[in-house]
Amino acid sequence: MSQPLVLGFETSCDETGIGLVRGQTLLSDALATSMAEHERFGGVVPEIASRAHLEAMVPTVHRSLADAGVTLRDVDAIAVTAGPGLTGALLVGVAAAKAYALALDVPLYGVNHLAAHVAVDELEHGRLAEPSIALLVSGGHSSLLLVPDLAQDVQELGRTIDDAAGEAFDKVARVLDLPFPGGPPIDRAAREGDRAAIAFPRGLTGPRDATYDFSFSGLKTAVARWVEGRQRAGEPVSVADVSASFQEAVVDVLTAKAVRACRDHGVDHLVIGGGVAANSRLRALAQERCDAAGIVLRTPSPRLCTDNGAMVAALGSRLVEAGVPAAPSDLGADSSMPIDLISR
Amino acid sequence: MLVLALDTATPTLVVGLAEVTSARVDGALLLPAQRTVEVRSERALPSGNRHAELLTPAIREVLAEAGVPMRRVEAFVVGLGPGPFTGLRVGVVTAAALGDAIGTTVYGVCSLDAVGDGARSVVTDARRKEVHWATYDEAGLRLSGPGVDRPEEAPVTDPVVGDVRFAERLGREVVAAEVTTTGLLRAALPLFDRPPAPLEPLYLRRPDAVPSVTRKPVSQ
Repeated sequence: MSQPLVLGFETSCDETGIGLVRGQTLLSDALATSMAEHERFGGVVPEIASRAHLEAMVPTVHRSLADAGVTLRDVDAIAVTAGPGLTGALLVGVAAAKAYALALDVPLYGVNHLAAHVAVDELEHGRLAEPSIALLVSGGHSSLLLVPDLAQDVQELGRTIDDAAGEAFDKVARVLDLPFPGGPPIDRAAREGDRAAIAFPRGLTGPRDATYDFSFSGLKTAVARWVEGRQRAGEPVSVADVSASFQEAVVDVLTAKAVRACRDHGVDHLVIGGGVAANSRLRALAQERCDAAGIVLRTPSPRLCTDNGAMVAALGSRLVEAGVPAAPSDLGADSSMPIDLISR
Repeated sequence: MLVLALDTATPTLVVGLAEVTSARVDGALLLPAQRTVEVRSERALPSGNRHAELLTPAIREVLAEAGVPMRRVEAFVVGLGPGPFTGLRVGVVTAAALGDAIGTTVYGVCSLDAVGDGARSVVTDARRKEVHWATYDEAGLRLSGPGVDRPEEAPVTDPVVGDVRFAERLGREVVAAEVTTTGLLRAALPLFDRPPAPLEPLYLRRPDAVPSVTRKPVSQ
């Protein structure tokens, strides 16, 4: 008997993602993005993102179905990101998913966006070792998780106390006159730069700091001060060196804390997800440090690291398999959905 | 023809199922005025900002009460606003998804058209101390609007119906009235014999966002 076909909806930020998964097999992953519309504002404008989700919804569902070669009638269950994320954006996906589930008479799962970033790795690398440590880094989140059971037990070890890692990339990109979002251009510029050129601060790495929490606000400010100081003094600013040194400060802390979490909890599997996981230096340094520590590192391909519908379908598929109850009929969006709530 | 109507443009969530006489009887095209609307079941829920939570359960209840399965619905009607954006989109995307899932047409109407009847002005809460407004002639046809303005500047004339909280600032009596299933269907009657238009909410306002021109330095 074939495994259930799960349709996933993701609208927590600026990507309208609709994906189809059967078991752990990725069938399609259709995406519409309003990224370009946000660029001139230097960040995601929630109302613009929400309007774009509404326009893109039905066409993106159909692109996903066509890519997978299935019809709506074939869908066995629906999963949707219920949070965390932008309320107005989340609600477009939640309302659409509820309507499709009602009309198709299939169960609906309201899933946690962060847990979905972990689940997506199963589409490429098979069943996750449990327990695993997960590092989730994106424009909206930076969290370190202990994952004893992806469908039913995810625990937060730490998180950012201010900016998300991706947010720091966006803000530093503005300082350097690089485009939004800042991750890809900084990653590119850094390849030509010296990682040790400038000693930028490593937030929350002191002996009395929270072991697994992150802070990137001070780093962002330090970069801006350094660049402004140079500019005022009429000295040249090497975008490559600033990018490489800033990026190194971010990925150094992320990977050090992730490896520390693995050691402290006796866990030998680490999975990294979220948009920042597409960063080439983060992937390289994480691999280096995991190899040295005897930890198996898993990272989804860059395409699946950023927000998409397949990750939501992947987690939905795990929930169906685990026999987790479907969402209540009054499911809504929860902009600050805690990670220990994997679904509702 | 069985039609399911819904509206989330105001704090009152409206869902109704109605039997509408077909646009054609024995091959002859009926004028909208010759068609009849018979509401089979409906819900009007004061749902505030809980439209997303309550809409699909309300649809399920309305269908169950009438004993009609979803697949027998022959057309959907949805209020396109104007109204607070987040709630408005819940209704529009729900109607779009339902229509898509069961392969039937969705018609969008101006939500203000579904408030009150006959010659009137309609005002609803646009938040930010402004009103959404429209004016109608004796036949119920919209003369002006929908618009969004401060109440003092809204070009309304008596009788005014809608949100009574604006009576003082309008300087006029306002008769309480809300979106109704009958109102939504009446507004949709002229649309049923035409190809449906794209479902674009009547936002009337642009998104609040200011392009970033310069970045403020962090150090002095």
